[in-house]
Amino acid sequence: MKRRDFVKYAGIGSGALMMPSLMMGNNIPVEALLNPGMDVAIKKKLADVALNTAKSMGASYADARIGRYLNQYVFTREDKVQNVVNTESFGIGIRVVANGTWGFASTNNVSDAGIKKATEQAIAIAKANSKIQKVPVKLAPVQSYGEVSWKTPIKKDFKNVPVSEKVDLLLSANAAALKNGANFVNSGLFMVNEQKYFASTEGSYIDQDVHRIWPTFTVTAIDRASNKFKSRQAMSAPMGMGYEYMDGLDSEKLEGPAGLRLYRGSYDMIEDATLAAKQAKERLTAKSVEAGKYDLVLEPNHLGLTIHESVGHPLELDRVLGYEANYAGTSFATLDKWKSKNFKYGSDIVNLVADKTQVGSLGAVGYDDEGVKTKQWDLVRNGILTNYQAIRDQVHMIDQNESHGCCYSQSWNDVQFQRMPNVSLEAGKEKYGVSDMIKDVEKGIYIAGRGSYSIDQQRYNFQFGGTAFYEIKNGEIVGMLDDVAYQSNTQEFWNSCAKICDKSDYRMFGSFFDGKGQPSQISAVSHGSSTTRFNNVNVINTGRTI
Amino acid sequence: MAIYTKEEAKQIMEKALSFSTADACEINLNGSESGNIRYARNTVSTAGHRSNQTLVVQSNFGKKSGTATIDEFDDESLKKVVKRAEELAKLSPENPEFMEPLGPQTYDESITFSEATANITPEYRANVANSSIEPAAAKKVTAAGFFDDSSRFSAMLNSKGLFAYNKSTDSNFTVTMRSNDGTGSGWVSRDYNDISKFNAGEASKIAIDKALMSREAKAIEPGKYTVILEPAASIGLLGNMGRSLNARRADEGRSFMSKEGGGTKLGEKIVDERVNIWSNPLDPEVPTSTWNGQGQPLKKTSWIEKGAVKNLAYSRYWAEQKGVKPVPFPSNFIMQGGDASLEDLIKNTKKGILVTRLWYIRNVDPQTLLYTGLTRDGTFYIENGKIKHPIKNFRFNESPIIMLNNLETLGKQVRIDGNLVPYMKIRDFTFTSLSDAV
Repeated sequence: MKRRDFVKYAGIGSGALMMPSLMMGNNIPVEALLNPGMDVAIKKKLADVALNTAKSMGASYADARIGRYLNQYVFTREDKVQNVVNTESFGIGIRVVANGTWGFASTNNVSDAGIKKATEQAIAIAKANSKIQKVPVKLAPVQSYGEVSWKTPIKKDFKNVPVSEKVDLLLSANAAALKNGANFVNSGLFMVNEQKYFASTEGSYIDQDVHRIWPTFTVTAIDRASNKFKSRQAMSAPMGMGYEYMDGLDSEKLEGPAGLRLYRGSYDMIEDATLAAKQAKERLTAKSVEAGKYDLVLEPNHLGLTIHESVGHPLELDRVLGYEANYAGTSFATLDKWKSKNFKYGSDIVNLVADKTQVGSLGAVGYDDEGVKTKQWDLVRNGILTNYQAIRDQVHMIDQNESHGCCYSQSWNDVQFQRMPNVSLEAGKEKYGVSDMIKDVEKGIYIAGRGSYSIDQQRYNFQFGGTAFYEIKNGEIVGMLDDVAYQSNTQEFWNSCAKICDKSDYRMFGSFFDGKGQPSQISAVSHGSSTTRFNNVNVINTGRTI
Repeated sequence: MAIYTKEEAKQIMEKALSFSTADACEINLNGSESGNIRYARNTVSTAGHRSNQTLVVQSNFGKKSGTATIDEFDDESLKKVVKRAEELAKLSPENPEFMEPLGPQTYDESITFSEATANITPEYRANVANSSIEPAAAKKVTAAGFFDDSSRFSAMLNSKGLFAYNKSTDSNFTVTMRSNDGTGSGWVSRDYNDISKFNAGEASKIAIDKALMSREAKAIEPGKYTVILEPAASIGLLGNMGRSLNARRADEGRSFMSKEGGGTKLGEKIVDERVNIWSNPLDPEVPTSTWNGQGQPLKKTSWIEKGAVKNLAYSRYWAEQKGVKPVPFPSNFIMQGGDASLEDLIKNTKKGILVTRLWYIRNVDPQTLLYTGLTRDGTFYIENGKIKHPIKNFRFNESPIIMLNNLETLGKQVRIDGNLVPYMKIRDFTFTSLSDAV
């Protein structure tokens, strides 16, 4: 689905929430979400049609993914429900290696005949392209797991929660924002269930049931007299959880500085909307930042995006090797730096871990989309670059013989490829909280939440904004700031990492719509961290007059 | 084939409509056949073929509406999808902004379909890749590219008697060429409705030349510079400005088009008076469908005339609220150019920077339309009318409004991403930091 169709669905214009192709699928009645879908035994039989056809036509490898993708989205603005969307997308994607070359085709005709035809198309593409293929595909070995299954450990399935309850929650949050000084509020609730069946000629038949959820809003306050408008984004994170994330449990709330309220594994949307309205209004008259060098104290729901862009993407092996050169770009973290075993990615306290298993994270699955069991591994240890993210057909290029298990496709309709696992910054080991950190800062800025972000095609130079900025002077927060963005260089920035709060502050940020590849695909990924201090970072003032 | 003729599409939709019992019913039928090839490291990486057809039914009872979708078109399936849409409509909350479907409309005949594009084969795509890879390898350059093509149809029918049909083809090609020593990078982009206009070898050569020319770039200080923006460099900023010409957000006070104290800047001069921007679905260089997803006819529409805002886009709902005629969002973006070639622009520049493209463009402040991003794949320093040497990439922080106020010279127009955009010389373009990225 194209972005313009999404805008039609959501009824909101450009500049508001932006999310691309997750809307793909057929609209269905809400009850149809509860349909259990195709029986595993039938899926196995159909997958075998693809595998057997591929083998009989000379494929050296084949995999089939039968996917049922169920989504429910609720969109509101102020006191109106704009749209409730239920979609279902069902089909099969077949990937083959023939003449040493990849081929892929997909179809929503999940019958013996439809599958056979798509397999033939995949083989025809592989054979046509093998004429210009220079190096044959080489796959790292993988265990044959037989018939296995995995489920996201959820407590409440969103499909069992009535739409009216979801609508009521969003409208109550909107009402709380309006009552507390907001002029406009757009809110949305995204719920995703991927029912994925994977089979390959390696002998694995894997059935998985994956859940994700993201409640979010944008609150806007306006002053017509001065012609100013300011927004505050939600402090929620998209999670690999069920509807229980919406419970707003007190035990999962953290008191932030300057009256901020922050959330871990449970989100209180009404409370957050109330505070958002007050803070958006406060931002209308906040002091414009003076450009210069500051010590930055970055809150996890902000730092997650910086980790995503400056660590997650540059350590994707396909980028490093040049496979993404024409779109997202390549990487500064080249193989020679990794081979040297002494490339200082960050300061000694920086430990960055890749992971596909963390409970509650967006990246958590039992097996990836080419049948590899998932795990956790180091990317940066004690500041030194130690590894990349790699899948079966590329991991041999870094002299390793085991895929890291981070292959993903957004649907049955798209070919799977290397995608970012969760990438997280380990918490500090000694007891140290956010208030301790602020006390230790002489001239700094505390930044919370997601804002503007941009980074170059080799991931050196970046610029980030945020959603709430507070000035720190001599160990105390002295007031709100506006027009703040920081610019740095990845290696310089991570080497300026001076202190990390302990695990009591550890939380996950998430990216629900991370884009990569051509044709572009989305994926969802989490980034955990505790509040972290970076010394002497360049801050610019983004205020302009037109 | 997933592409239905006008008659076939109409027959299916009329059948579906015959099952409707709602106050009003609107049906959209779309189909596409598409193929792509991707290559990197001078060899092919992935390729695929996709085929898709969807029928969408929107039924409404009063201001309650429901939507259902299906991809099978036998009588039973059509009956089922209409019934589902009606059930959903009955269960839905009332949408106060719901608009009744439009009645019959008159549309211009579109010029968006090319038989040559519809007939592209996997072998053709492999040849496109090879036309990049072979000349690149011969010059010690590495090619990474993507080519995709599609044929589509879309049709719409409703219970008020509206019927619309369009058939289109398109193709998109981009390639990034990097010198094997990793110090130079070039890029090119081409897009056409009619593939017979496309020459993969000619396009690839431009990117190879830029890769070789951009090796060993020197760093110069960030700051305000005169720039020559290739159309691929300015389209990102201009497109974002075009999409922000939304009347409702301006009226609500949350747009760069909102006016101090209330109201909008409609009719006011906001950029240099040589700036003229319009949309036109019948432009032979950048044709689009002559109707949009709501069934509204698309006609040539002026957006900026002599630097003043001529129109803002009004949805049907917002137009009704404001007592004006709806103005559909543009389907393409055409900015008037001048006679100057790129060579002329360079020749007449004492000191300046030539920018191939801008990358990772993100909004920093919607109030001023301030965007940030970086130059990429060929940035060159110009001195005394000549390209002097390649320079390292810059991060910029700039607003298209400020940029179009600082217009020096308009050059020739080029098609980019379905739009027509001129080469432009701009003074005082703001670069805020250096990037080491190649």
